[in-house]
Amino acid sequence: MSSTHGKIYWTAFLVIIALLTVAPLVLPEFWRRFLTEILIWGLLAMSSDLLIGYTGMVSFGHSAFFGLGMYGAAAALLAVKPPSLGLAILYGLAGSAGVALFVAYFSTRLRDIYFSITTLIFAQIFYVVIFTWTEVTGGENGLSFSRPVLGLAGIYTVPFTTTTLHWFILFVVALSYLLLRRITQSPFGMVLQSIRENEARTRAIGYPVERYKMIAVMLSGLFAGLAGVLYAVQNRFAAPDFVYFLVSGEVVIYNVMGGIGTLLGPIVGAAFFLGLREFFSRVFPYLAAAFNLPQIAEFPYLIPVGVIFIAMVIFLPQGLLGFMRRWLNE
Amino acid sequence: MSLLGDIPWDLVVIQSINGIVTGMILALVASGLTLIFGIMEVVNFAHGELFMLGAYIGVVVLTAGGSFWLALLSATFVIALLGAALQIVTLRPLLGRDPLTTILVTFGVSLVLQNYALWQFGPVARKIREPISGHFALLYLQYPWYRLVIAALSAALIGALYLFLRYGRYGVWIRATTQDRVMAEAMGIPVTSVHTAVFAIGAGLAAASGVLFGPLVGVNHTMGLDWVLKAFIVVVVGGMGNLGGSIAASIFISLLEAYASIWVSPSQAIIFSSLVLILTLLFRPTGLFVPTPK
Repeated sequence: MSSTHGKIYWTAFLVIIALLTVAPLVLPEFWRRFLTEILIWGLLAMSSDLLIGYTGMVSFGHSAFFGLGMYGAAAALLAVKPPSLGLAILYGLAGSAGVALFVAYFSTRLRDIYFSITTLIFAQIFYVVIFTWTEVTGGENGLSFSRPVLGLAGIYTVPFTTTTLHWFILFVVALSYLLLRRITQSPFGMVLQSIRENEARTRAIGYPVERYKMIAVMLSGLFAGLAGVLYAVQNRFAAPDFVYFLVSGEVVIYNVMGGIGTLLGPIVGAAFFLGLREFFSRVFPYLAAAFNLPQIAEFPYLIPVGVIFIAMVIFLPQGLLGFMRRWLNE
Repeated sequence: MSLLGDIPWDLVVIQSINGIVTGMILALVASGLTLIFGIMEVVNFAHGELFMLGAYIGVVVLTAGGSFWLALLSATFVIALLGAALQIVTLRPLLGRDPLTTILVTFGVSLVLQNYALWQFGPVARKIREPISGHFALLYLQYPWYRLVIAALSAALIGALYLFLRYGRYGVWIRATTQDRVMAEAMGIPVTSVHTAVFAIGAGLAAASGVLFGPLVGVNHTMGLDWVLKAFIVVVVGGMGNLGGSIAASIFISLLEAYASIWVSPSQAIIFSSLVLILTLLFRPTGLFVPTPK
């Protein structure tokens, strides 16, 4: 790593963090929430990049980790009075870690599409359990709860506003990014990347590949659970819809759109996807009014977004940030 | 109190028949999926959507005044053509790339098709009228003949597919391409067209099952999702790309879910088939019906 690379990289990092810190002070309420949401989905996508981009395993089950983080946080916020942020994070992480252990144990025995299908089916099992176990999870309606306060109880606390919430989430996401980056650059991360490049050879050298994969799935699940906790705190509810496998699919879309194996790419992908969603859900009603075509007002935004996604898989498989993949990982 | 005495035998009989009927439909869906996987390593996430669109085309033909059988035929052909077009536009450029990219593309296709159906037909479930409305007495129930007709028709379609693959000239081409793509090409088989044709056949089978199954449940835009998940379980349990295995697995899984729903709610029954999947993956990772694990 050359020293100029380091200088440019960290300057850019600090500039982006500074911009994201200032953003909620100047943006209107709606876009403030929108930006916070991008950060949360970005964290979820980043956690799955550890598997997709660095270990070469495409998980279609990240909604399970996300959802259990959400319901874990909900359990803590509903059971303990007054609601405590620390406990919410702790419960959420415990919930997602439990699921991740279960999924990791079984699914890492399989490779490629078999891994993807197994993670998908596992996520669906948890969805069915959460959806039907109404006494505990609230079933289809989910759970709603009040938001905890920010800070350490008894020492210093501030209530969450959209701005302080944004700062808190920015802090957690930035910290997670640095941690994940450190993990991917560690000897452990190098082994993961060698599994991606050539699993048989990695095994032949003597690395216990299964154990590495299991740890990778669990780490990824923990960060995904953290994203779930953040989402629960932001929106004050937990719902089974977020455990449904379409969420996992969207997470994979964020990764592919932004560029796998870059950690930052998935966040960019989430921003791109959610931006397109906002754009298309406004542009069709606008066009319908402008050209007097009422039938296209309800045109679903997922059709153009899906077409763009398909085109990107075919023509831009490296994603938006793919061109700087090497530079970002140095 | 004996354990056997607690089993409601009447329900077991009824659920056995129900399980076989759904199993035959599932086998029809899964055989298309496994054929597509076997020949080009494409995991077709959009398969459930082709099933759903087939059912909708059935609805459209029926509301236009056509008969059920015309609806069945036209759905099969229209969706087969759509499948061919989808394969040419989205999957052909990916030939030779990582099979995982095909999951991504077909997932995108499924999002587009599902939202198209929602936009075109609205969120309210549509109904397909049963072409045969007779009943026969089964224990204390009036069991509809139509369900047995579905099972027989599905079996006939699968049988026709088998005979085609076994003896048909193009069927031999398909099997040759599955075995060895490069060698088949060297022998003068137009492999690219075979891929498109297989995708079209799979899509047509999915559409036919959609129309056949339509009268039993409402037709709506999310009906494909449950089916594609079940078909994935079946295809993995039966052994990817193994036609006979996926038919056996379809019946097995459907019977299991039918029996399970005597005691738990039907929506929880999928947990049992998932358990079968887990056990299969643990002990026979290449599928229950594949004799020698590679």
